[in-house]
Amino acid sequence: MDDALYREEILDHYRSSAYRGHLTAPDLVAELDNPLCGDHIRMELAVGPDGTIDQVRFDGHGCALSQAGASMLAEHVEGQSLSTARGVTPEAMLDLLGVRLTPTRVKCWMLAWRAMQQAILKAVTSAASPAETTPNGDGATSLP
Amino acid sequence: MDESATVNSARGEPPTAEARPGQEPVRSKTSTVGKVFDPESVRGDFPPLSREVRPGVPLTYLDNAATALKPRVVLEALAAYTGEYPANVHRGLHALSERATEAFEDARVTVSRFLGAGEVEEIIFTRGTTESINVVAQAWGRANLKPGDEILVSVLEHHSNLVPWQMIARETGATLVFADVLEDGTLDVASVGRLLASGRVKMLPVTGMSNVTGATPPVAELARMAHAHGALILVDAAQSLPHGPCDVRALGVDFLAFSGHKVCGPTGVGVLYGRRPLLEAMPPLFGGGSMVLRVGRTDADWNDIPWKFEAGTPPIAEAIGLAAALEYLAPLDWPAIHRHEQALAERAHRVLGELPGIQIVGPEPARKGGIVSFTSVGVHPHDLSQLSDREGVAIRAGHHCAMPLHERFGLSATARASVLFYNTVEEIDRLGHAIGSAQRVFGIKATH
Repeated sequence: MDDALYREEILDHYRSSAYRGHLTAPDLVAELDNPLCGDHIRMELAVGPDGTIDQVRFDGHGCALSQAGASMLAEHVEGQSLSTARGVTPEAMLDLLGVRLTPTRVKCWMLAWRAMQQAILKAVTSAASPAETTPNGDGATSLP
Repeated sequence: MDESATVNSARGEPPTAEARPGQEPVRSKTSTVGKVFDPESVRGDFPPLSREVRPGVPLTYLDNAATALKPRVVLEALAAYTGEYPANVHRGLHALSERATEAFEDARVTVSRFLGAGEVEEIIFTRGTTESINVVAQAWGRANLKPGDEILVSVLEHHSNLVPWQMIARETGATLVFADVLEDGTLDVASVGRLLASGRVKMLPVTGMSNVTGATPPVAELARMAHAHGALILVDAAQSLPHGPCDVRALGVDFLAFSGHKVCGPTGVGVLYGRRPLLEAMPPLFGGGSMVLRVGRTDADWNDIPWKFEAGTPPIAEAIGLAAALEYLAPLDWPAIHRHEQALAERAHRVLGELPGIQIVGPEPARKGGIVSFTSVGVHPHDLSQLSDREGVAIRAGHHCAMPLHERFGLSATARASVLFYNTVEEIDRLGHAIGSAQRVFGIKATH
């Protein structure tokens, strides 16, 4: 569990992620805190008309696992369909890290996943209610 | 060192400053001037200290503010009760029950001596500091607080000495008012005085030692100030009591709360001390067996103190274990231990100060107990803590149940190292090494 956790890949994602930043017009956004320790993640997704996640960006502050987790999740789902992203299970998210974590640190790693799922869920619930139309035709309307 | 007594200097410690005006200097019973405390003399009593965390990695336990290690006598006391005479107390007439009752009530006497309480009945066993404070907030608070009354706290407090007061304030219409915490992480006593001057403060809940900054508010002085303005004082001694017995009568406090597991006793037991007139006037919080003298269909007569506040079967094994812990601690050379812990804190400040970008949250060692909380540039406290664990160094990371305090300093989390009498200079050096290693993993290198 030692060097595998703080391996170069994780540190790179933590320190200089290509996915850190903001989108000019994100379609899906969610922001979450880990109240236990102050980790904070904001996930932004831009979704094309065919339901493909064109771009993912994250921002926030906190421990290496929370930030690297956001970066690796962004890398994992960018270019995928919304339904694929929605189908990323907690186990799959943990597999991205590939190292067993204690319960406390699982919360750090999973923060971005929870934020992403929350962002997608907001889109799903707004798609499910016919009174709400999403003006720029984002992928929220095309989930099976 | 200021002239006002902190929780632990009230009993038996030779003063390092002049005696307070009009008072003879207090001399300790044992002549300990200059005597050095050797932690090696006690480390063998604590089984985990001779164990490895993982192969080849010894344990460096620096998380004593979270909980303390237990000496063998505590394990033996727990095993003896549970294995030899695990009977219920108070209600039985058979041999095992009488032995259990005697051991349990003897434990109460031991606690009363450790605190310097005037009467044994002023010692109530609870589940811990948090429960003790909740009992006062609810039982005393509901009977005594009304709209317009104030409870004087500060952001220095642990959630357990803040949230119960938030709750009772909401219930009774009383208001929370906040004294200031200075940049060095100490309580601004002058601001306490200014707030007391309103005459509306009824209760001053205050910590004997901050679990984050290590600051030790001058409890005796605060008690005098509170009483002069018609307020009571409750001391959260969870962090301060592990650093030496106190004298609640000399301090003049109305209530005091502490946890067994932080004074090297078992988890699941704590104590509420309250002055007899206050406890007698307070209605009970928990109803049930043992706290009643007579029960009818629709009402009951309360038992005398302390049992009025001990509903149901108490934590018998745990109270007996706590007494064993206090009996172990009481005869230790506390003035020498104070100097030893002081030296450890100084060394911690020094080894951390040699690393780049370390900010310590709290005053300098001379003005606090053995708790050092800090942040590092470029490495989150969680990662500091995780990587320190690789070298067997156990510290804690997060907000330490003190979110308002962290907010006061613009921080979301800190790493915290906290010592007890059994820690060594070498362990502090290992702390410095571990933090340095953690920094290097993140590419932060010392410049010298």
